Amino acid sequence: MAQSGQRPLSPHLSIWRWGPHMLLSILHRVTGDGMAILGGLGLTWWLYAAASGPASYANFQYYVWEAEAGDGLGLVVNILCRIILVGLTWAFFQHLLSGLRHLVMDMGAGYELQANKRWSKTIIAVAALTTIAFWCWIILGRAG
Amino acid sequence: MGNGTGIGRVRGLGSSRSGTHHWIAQRFTAIGNVLLVTWLVISLAMLPAHDYAAVNGWLAQPLVAVPMMLMIVNVFYHLRLGLQVCIEDYVHDEGLKFATIILLNFFAIGCAAVSLFSVAKIAFAGGAL
Repeated sequence: MAQSGQRPLSPHLSIWRWGPHMLLSILHRVTGDGMAILGGLGLTWWLYAAASGPASYANFQYYVWEAEAGDGLGLVVNILCRIILVGLTWAFFQHLLSGLRHLVMDMGAGYELQANKRWSKTIIAVAALTTIAFWCWIILGRAG
Repeated sequence: MGNGTGIGRVRGLGSSRSGTHHWIAQRFTAIGNVLLVTWLVISLAMLPAHDYAAVNGWLAQPLVAVPMMLMIVNVFYHLRLGLQVCIEDYVHDEGLKFATIILLNFFAIGCAAVSLFSVAKIAFAGGAL
């Protein structure tokens, strides 16, 4: 046999190598399902709190963003909620961009190996950068 | 199966001529979300404050309440479709799958109703005083 012994003879489920498109596919599902559950509940809680009066909205703000210094449980919830909030914005940008990629691929474009790889990497980078830019604007930009 | 035998047709295992509906509805709501959720994210970034008065005053405007209500319907429709695919992929027991999808429908439609009612209440009350 002239072929090298290391090459697979036929495609098989166990013979594969990590590529950026796989990471993108997994991230699309993770960010989508994460936003669906945590974002869905968060949006509902936010709107319900706003509709239920100042005390209810203050309670929402207290737990999501700013608990009192002495309230240990409140501060733990704060940290969790802040991580979730940043996570949700990243999930939004990631899911938006990879969703747009899906729409392009639905039209039959973007399957060439190099283009597919390049777009997959670009999307991961741009989603991270826009998330950082968004929070820089919220924390630094608006205050000034 | 399905096309050939009578019992296959009774069990609904053949083509029901609605196989693409879920897929196309997911794409339609995706395009809606591109516009509507991007609008929400930009609006939240541009709001001068996120306290009770600022948020209620903002939500009470017709040109905020209406897109927000459209977004709620679109988002919960889209997330219902997406989570359903996830359940169908990972929950293999038929009974458990059925129960989980019922729970998903309760979650999506319930949260959408609470959210829509909240926006309507704020909008019709004219915002915070």
